[in-house]
Amino acid sequence: MEALLGQLVSVAFHGTAYGMILYVISVGLSVTMGLMGFANLAHGVFAMAGGYVMLSMMNAYGLPFPLALAIAFVAVALGSIVLERLLYARLYAAGELAQVLFTIGLILMSIAVARLIYGTLQQPVNLPDYMKGQFHLLGRDFPAYRVIVILFSLTLVMLLWFGVERTRWGAMLRAAVDNRAMAQSIGINTSKLFTLTFALGSGLAAIGGGMGAELIAIQPTYPFEHLVFFLIVVAIGGMGTLRGPFVAALLIGVTDTACKYWLPQFGAFFIYAATIAILLWRPAGLFGKAA
Amino acid sequence: MTIAARLLSRLAPHAGGYIADARIRPIEYLPWVVAIIIYVAAPEYLPLGSYILILMLFALSLDLILGYGGIITLGHTAYFGIGAYSAGILAKFVTAEPFTGLVVAAVCAGVFGLITGAVILRTTGLTLLMLTLAITSICYEVANKANDWTGGADGLSGITMNPVFGQFRFDMFGNTAYLYSLVFLILGWWIVRRIVYSPFGASLAGIRENPVRMHAIGAPVYGRLVVVYTISAMIAGVAGALLTHTTQFVGLKVLGFELSGDLVVMLILGGVGRLYGAIVGPLIYLVAQDLLAKQYPEYWYFWIGALLVVIVLFARGGLLGIVDALRARFEKARGR
Amino acid sequence: MTPVLETRALCKSFGALTVADTIDFHLGAGARHALIGPNGAGKTTFVNMLTGRIPPSSGSIMLGGADITAASQSERVKRGLGRTFQINTLFRNLTVVDNVALSVAERTDVGGGLFGVASKQKAVVAESMDLLGSLGLADDARATVIGLPYGKQRLVEIAIALGLKPKVLLLDEPAAGVPSLESHRILEVIAALPSDIAVLIIEHDMDLVFRFAKRITVLAQGAVLMEGTPAEIRTDLRVRQVYLGEDHV
Repeated sequence: MEALLGQLVSVAFHGTAYGMILYVISVGLSVTMGLMGFANLAHGVFAMAGGYVMLSMMNAYGLPFPLALAIAFVAVALGSIVLERLLYARLYAAGELAQVLFTIGLILMSIAVARLIYGTLQQPVNLPDYMKGQFHLLGRDFPAYRVIVILFSLTLVMLLWFGVERTRWGAMLRAAVDNRAMAQSIGINTSKLFTLTFALGSGLAAIGGGMGAELIAIQPTYPFEHLVFFLIVVAIGGMGTLRGPFVAALLIGVTDTACKYWLPQFGAFFIYAATIAILLWRPAGLFGKAA
Repeated sequence: MTIAARLLSRLAPHAGGYIADARIRPIEYLPWVVAIIIYVAAPEYLPLGSYILILMLFALSLDLILGYGGIITLGHTAYFGIGAYSAGILAKFVTAEPFTGLVVAAVCAGVFGLITGAVILRTTGLTLLMLTLAITSICYEVANKANDWTGGADGLSGITMNPVFGQFRFDMFGNTAYLYSLVFLILGWWIVRRIVYSPFGASLAGIRENPVRMHAIGAPVYGRLVVVYTISAMIAGVAGALLTHTTQFVGLKVLGFELSGDLVVMLILGGVGRLYGAIVGPLIYLVAQDLLAKQYPEYWYFWIGALLVVIVLFARGGLLGIVDALRARFEKARGR
Repeated sequence: MTPVLETRALCKSFGALTVADTIDFHLGAGARHALIGPNGAGKTTFVNMLTGRIPPSSGSIMLGGADITAASQSERVKRGLGRTFQINTLFRNLTVVDNVALSVAERTDVGGGLFGVASKQKAVVAESMDLLGSLGLADDARATVIGLPYGKQRLVEIAIALGLKPKVLLLDEPAAGVPSLESHRILEVIAALPSDIAVLIIEHDMDLVFRFAKRITVLAQGAVLMEGTPAEIRTDLRVRQVYLGEDHV
């Protein structure tokens, strides 16, 4: 009994940490899809880029973890602004097929570039000492790294939700997701709003990729390998919402961890099967606006 | 100039519809003539050649739903893979007669296409795309784990096909394989072409262009999509079975994302919804891959990615789309 | 005489918001009827309930004497309900004649044929060409819709609906967005519609409405404000107030 309880707590804990990372990475994708209707399959590229930038800063220049993570956020957010203005913006009015192909193209290019610079092996993560230990609570041990991941992600989530609910940017964002034409007609500069939101979403993905590097290894095929999971989070959670993907990411994180722990022979089978079932039941996702 | 214009007019896209001339233009025999010439003149390329022919058939099946029906999928390998595995399992455990294998593969892939299509075609857009990915992932997981049937990650080997018609053995030089693939490619091409020019094909174009209006004129949109999805799955299944028969092996990669992605790239490169994009695309892609990818594997996908970006930004219709644009300019120039 | 199209106490609400409030409506054979009302009066909701795009919360819809409240969109079309769209809803990359032929083919049940060649459906092609000819679009038959001027695209919008040979035709702001120089063509076409079709036109342009309609229904806040002849509507004070605005009184 005690052993089972221990397993349950452990699965819930590890699953939550994984789910948090999934959320921080995917939330930007949900917003860009809801706001701009852009099927950005290349979203994982930003997470991978964040991971590479952070690890390079730590491994090559010896910068501390938090600073390296901040640099990753800024670098990727800035880079994504360039991409958005130069390329993405041309395709907002294009069909889904064009967007899908274009972003697959970006993925392929990014994989090649990552391989060229870093090789095919996954990047070593040298966690600082304070992340290596265990954290004691209620007579149990929890790995400090994952505790920090959960706490930091929660802080980010609160900041993000607060920003969307309480700031002027958030109000404009909500208005534009709700009705873009209306938002434009009352004088919101949607193009600037898109750029900013896109940059923030990409920056968050970079943080997710960097912070989660120990959970989701940083290697060149990252954007393809985890694409389905990012998409599942958005599709199940519903596009253009913040809460939906949060619930979906936690569900997936915990379910995936549980499956790997108890039913490793089935791989990700249950996740995919559950995704199909949920989307058939609610095609717009659990929290999405019905089409 | 007039000669060029006349030549180009023969290359008009095969869009179907109620005023399109459905007769086969002489130039449409060109690919098959070339295929025969290659068979005679370049025997050392036959193994690669059969693979290209099979991928052309696979690309045709994708063009039918993507180019004509407007169904965006990244998971069409599910049906190719099911065709490949069902042909392999049948040959290994039941009968190694090739034509039986093709029929069984078509039926298996078709039934799976019907069931999955009936389920996923209720959705559209990104949700649909997601579901195609999820279905293919499930197939991959199942094939990977069902070791006894599929050989798991090692692949399904130990298949020995009977000779075609009891006469022509699948030799190691690829003679039989090449002609066998070519015959079924031509058959598939003929079927897809018939569908494109049929009233059904015209209504598919209508669904692709505007599903809302198709509903408003009383068309059974969902039913038509399920039908075309099932047909496409059957053709993809036959293509998969051809691969099994010609290589006498099934690897897990027939269900992988890489093949799905490559296939889409080939079709986009050739041109979507033009029928011959599915012929031109795989040819150029696979020949280029054969020449370049082995020498520069690290650059290959970079350039493929760059190519996709360029096509989307500047040449939405692929290579044949460029031909269309040239033709339109010539016709305009001639009209004035 | 029994009406071809009738709604009985038709209601629609989204949560607490009522967008259609017990609408009783009749459309007789060969009617020339207009539905007007200020923005947000519920005209679009009403049309969408008639065509089956959204289900009503309560009430019933009768078409040709049969209850179609629960019928699918395509069932209603088969029973003779055709519509046009306020925003062009065309097959943009297809030819003009294909746009019409698709609808003719659906009506004559050849649209799903997998075997045979579309261009050998001579009856479909001929009927589509005739229809285009009667709308003055014969010369544009082979052009792609996307390349047509907007006014002609509006005509194609009507042509597709006429290809269904409807008993009841709903015209949703047929002249919306058309420059006034071209709009007379659309007026002519509407005026020349076969007299056996019952036409319901939803329109903002009062000029067009008063010229065309024999009867007018005014919607306001989801409910029927009044119904009457153009003369009655023109002189009604309430209509002037809600529809034309205070300054016109």
